[in-house]
Amino acid sequence: MEIPYYPGCTLNTVARDFDLSTRRSLKRLGIELKELSQWNCCGAVFPLTPDNVMGLSAPARVLNRAEKEGDKVTTLCSFCYNVLKRTDYRLKRDREGLEIINDFNEGDYRGKVRVLHILEVLKELVGFKEVKEKVSRPLKGVKVAPYYGCMLLRPAEEVGIDDHESPTIFEDFLASLGCDVVTYPKRIDCCGAHMAMGREDMVSEMSGRILLSAHEGGAEMVVTSCPLCLYNLERSEAPLMKREPGFKAMPVLYFSQLLGLALGEDGDGLFSGKNLYDPRPLLRDKGLL
Amino acid sequence: MKVRIGKRPKGDLVDLIERISGEDPSLCYQCGNCTAGCPAAFAMDLPPHQVVRLLQIGQEDMLLSSRAMWVCVSCLQCYSRCPKGVDISKIMEALRQVTLRRGKDGIEVKGLPVDLLSQSPQQALVAGFRKLVS
Repeated sequence: MEIPYYPGCTLNTVARDFDLSTRRSLKRLGIELKELSQWNCCGAVFPLTPDNVMGLSAPARVLNRAEKEGDKVTTLCSFCYNVLKRTDYRLKRDREGLEIINDFNEGDYRGKVRVLHILEVLKELVGFKEVKEKVSRPLKGVKVAPYYGCMLLRPAEEVGIDDHESPTIFEDFLASLGCDVVTYPKRIDCCGAHMAMGREDMVSEMSGRILLSAHEGGAEMVVTSCPLCLYNLERSEAPLMKREPGFKAMPVLYFSQLLGLALGEDGDGLFSGKNLYDPRPLLRDKGLL
Repeated sequence: MKVRIGKRPKGDLVDLIERISGEDPSLCYQCGNCTAGCPAAFAMDLPPHQVVRLLQIGQEDMLLSSRAMWVCVSCLQCYSRCPKGVDISKIMEALRQVTLRRGKDGIEVKGLPVDLLSQSPQQALVAGFRKLVS
C-alpha cells in the first residue's frame, strides 16, 4: 500500500533519523511512504486568530497537493500533523474561507483529504496486532516512557488521535513491540515548544518536570514523535541533573527508531549518533544491538 | 483601581480581542482550572484566569503591559480543561497580535544565541518567529 507522505522541513534536516527509520519500518509492514512531489513548510503553528484566514495558505497548499496524489496524507512531526489537521478541519467547515484561500493560492482544494498521523496509520491501517506479529526482536526489558506532548492531543475535537487526558495509543503501540511501557502523569504536558527561542530557563523547567515524572515512573528512555520535543527534552537533562541529584540522563529518541529495531532493522542504520544521550549503550546492554 | 461598569466604548481593547480571537471572555466564571493546568503559569506575571478576568473588566493597560502573552506556549491545556469552553490560547494570541500589530515584539532577535539558530529544529524558529516577532 502506498500512502502520500508529507515530511515537513525538520524531517529533512535535523530529524533525518525520524524520517529514515519510519520509511524503513513501514516498508517492512508493507507500506510505502510516497513523498509528495511538491511541498512547502506548513507554517509550524496553526494560526489561533480565526479572523484571519491568510495564515492557512501555506498548509492549504500542502493539502491541495496531497489531494491530487491520494485521499489521505500522513505526516510524522507532531507540529505538521497539528497544523495540517486543524487547517483541514477549518477548511472543510468554512466554505468562504476555503474560497478565499483557493483564490489566493490559485488552488482548487476541496477538502477531500484525510490527515493521518503515522501512529494512526500504524493503529488503523496496519493494526498493532499485525505489528506485534511482525516483530522479530521484541524489546523485552526496555522501560520506555512515551511522551505525547500537546500537538497530537489538543484540541481534542479537531486533532485528538486519542483521548486528550488519558491517551493510550502510544502505550499500546510500544506494548506491541514488547517494551515495558512506563505510564507517567506528565506525558501530556508541554515541553516548552518555541520557548526554546530565548527562554531556555522556561524550557528547562517545563521539560524538566516531564523528565522527572518519567524517571520517577522508572523509565530508562523517553520516546516522542516531535523533533522540537526531542530537542527540548534532551537539552533539559543537564540542568535537571544539577537540580535533582537522583536524576540520571536518559536517551530521548523517536518511536520509529524502536519500531525499526523491533522489526529487525540494522541498528547502525537507525541511530546516526546525533542524540545528545546515545541510546545504543543501553540497547546493547539489553542484548538488542 | 478604576473599573468602568456598563457599556464599553466600541473599538476598545476588549472589543478588538473578542473580534480577533472569536472568544467570549464573559463566559468565564473564574474556576481557575486553566491556571491549575497551565504548564507555563509559573513564569507568568498574570496567570491565565486573571488575564480573562481583567479582560472582563476592561483593564487594557494591565493586560498590554503584562508578559503573560509572550510566555504562553499555545499548548491548549487551558482550553482542554475549561468547563465553559473558553479558548484562552486564542485570547493570548489576540493579545500578541494586537501588540505585534503595534510594532512591539516579544523577543529581541539580535539577542538570540548563534548556536540556537544552527542546532535547533527549524520548527522552533518558524514557530518562535511567528508567535513572538512582528
